[in-house]
Amino acid sequence: MFEIFGIPSAALFGQLLIGLINGSFYALLSLGLAVIFGMLNIINFSHGAQYMMGAFAAYLLLQYSGLGYWPALVIAPILVGATGIIIERLFLRYLYKLDHLYGLLLTFGLALIFEGLARNEFGSAGLPYTVPDSLRGGRNLGFMFLPNYRAWVIVASLTVCLGTWFVIERTRLGAYLRAATENPTLVRAFGINVPRMITLTYGFGVALAAFAGVMAAPIYNVSPQMGSELIIVVFAVVVIGGMGSILGAIVTGFGLGVIEGLTKVFFPEASNTVIFVIMAIVLLVRPAGLFGRRG
Amino acid sequence: MKKALGLAVLAAALASGGANAQQINVKVGVLTDMSSLYADATGQGSVTAAKMAAADFMKDHPNVKVDVVSGDHQNKPDVGSALANQWFDADHVDLIVDVPNSGVALAISQIASQKNKVFIGSGPASSDLTGAKCNANTVHWTYDTWMLANGTGKAIVKTGGDTWFFLTSDYAFGHALERDTSAVVKANGGKVLGAVRHPLNTSDFSSFLLQAQASKAKIIGLANAGGDTINAIKQGAEFGIVKGGQKFAGLLVFASDVNALGLKTAEGLTLTETWYWDMNDANRAWTKRWAAEMKTTSKYPTMNHAGVYAGVTHYLKAVAALKSAADGKAVVAEMKKLPTDDPLFGKGTVRADGRKMHPAYLFEVKSPAESKHPGDFYKLRATIPADEAFRPLKDGNCPLVKG
Repeated sequence: MFEIFGIPSAALFGQLLIGLINGSFYALLSLGLAVIFGMLNIINFSHGAQYMMGAFAAYLLLQYSGLGYWPALVIAPILVGATGIIIERLFLRYLYKLDHLYGLLLTFGLALIFEGLARNEFGSAGLPYTVPDSLRGGRNLGFMFLPNYRAWVIVASLTVCLGTWFVIERTRLGAYLRAATENPTLVRAFGINVPRMITLTYGFGVALAAFAGVMAAPIYNVSPQMGSELIIVVFAVVVIGGMGSILGAIVTGFGLGVIEGLTKVFFPEASNTVIFVIMAIVLLVRPAGLFGRRG
Repeated sequence: MKKALGLAVLAAALASGGANAQQINVKVGVLTDMSSLYADATGQGSVTAAKMAAADFMKDHPNVKVDVVSGDHQNKPDVGSALANQWFDADHVDLIVDVPNSGVALAISQIASQKNKVFIGSGPASSDLTGAKCNANTVHWTYDTWMLANGTGKAIVKTGGDTWFFLTSDYAFGHALERDTSAVVKANGGKVLGAVRHPLNTSDFSSFLLQAQASKAKIIGLANAGGDTINAIKQGAEFGIVKGGQKFAGLLVFASDVNALGLKTAEGLTLTETWYWDMNDANRAWTKRWAAEMKTTSKYPTMNHAGVYAGVTHYLKAVAALKSAADGKAVVAEMKKLPTDDPLFGKGTVRADGRKMHPAYLFEVKSPAESKHPGDFYKLRATIPADEAFRPLKDGNCPLVKG
């Protein structure tokens, strides 16, 4: 087997694939953030907490109603999305016209409350959640052992990401949405219920976070702080991709996952800073992000 | 006879009255991780343990008044140091206890020494606290990296696990644990094939696990703790580490981690602890009280929680003997002079370098079938007597011992 920079190529391919898997989570989460920011102009800092709530919802569904992974994959996002809708109706809708800072502070506060409540109730060490039986095991690809569940993560994440992109950029519904962010008054004049559409969009963005949370439950530690550990990175991804750019969020999500994976081989100590280094460089060269349009 | 009794009662009343007149006030600060990866192994449970120790001691010594305060160091040495300075300087705290995270603990140990207060490290692991960086104001209670390496490392090498690859948490604790374990592995004829340093609080270990897999080492030593260990083991199961013939050695695993992993995933793991809640009646009785105070039915106290209780108890005994908590060095000297005796760790001593001596236990995590009731985690494989469990006094390079 040949080597690249002293690393066996087998190890390198393995790391690239692992990077894609982690990138799947970055993409799913940054996609939700981009949708919410693009359509509502809200920097949703509670996204990490909502991701955590998704994982906890999956755990609770299993524990108290015996519903396994597959039903949870549908029900948990709906439940958490519903809480998102309540938040939008109660608080967020008063903030659209104000500075971004207000939305950020509100959602950050909510995130702290959700995390605190979860920690109070479940402790911080985390809860067990196992891989569903149908996705147990894995296959040997020659250069690495790929667990079936991880393969599923890539497929599911890509499907959801591309589906969302398609709906927003290529369908009539998406066109209404985009129009509503440009000029809500005019769109309302055409008889479209803009506030309701915005509410549902927020619910959808939150549901995406919860979906990622359920996907994460079998492989990451299900703990109250699981979201806050990830969310900072995801924000960096969104900034690099360009705030509010759907395609940017997806492409940078996967791309940065791969770069981070490679860092783990060549310089593991830097693996949790490399994304921020890239963010700093991108902000210097292209302040609006890689896919952002200058506003 | 009656008269004699009356006199005795009078004398006793006078004596206690006299003691009341010179009441001793002590303030204990529990500095801990309230919200991150070590919060279940220490955290609120440690505060509860300290309060229990204070209440028990005050019951027997009405002339000592103990206050317990607590704070969150957020795993940051600067945050922990700032809080410790404030506690010692402004809030009249006499003792800081717990402090999981060796990085923070090494800083606190220095501060306690500068301000002549007392630090009982019942949470941190680094054996440097009683080694090169020891001082006369620090007592290291529950466990340390040398003990973990010696207990788990030696047992595994002796049963054939002679090639190692480390996943190491990239800070003082992980480095110390890797260093101490490597030494044990090599001393027993094993080989260390490599190591990878991961940042503290890593959620995804798959990349590091692949590197460990590629090393072909028989044993993957986890020189990390808390959430990091849980994630590594959980994802290791997924990547077929154990099925591929490699084994994990959890070098620092708490009962709370086993609880979070579930027995199905943790089954067969070998680990070393100095205290286990289900080991004897005294521990079970204490656990019952602790759980009632914590209002929990699903959590079990860890050896750190027991260490806080026992450490605070012994400290208060020393303070009561001196009738003052003012001079930290004198209190620690008294702690070293008095033999320790508490319901959780039994009889023991505090050594000249500040090391608390007690036996360590090599456990194996039970399979779900073997576990008879909730919290029934371990079976005992070996008991390591106190003088073998910890690093010999002469090997530590502690200046207190040389001088």
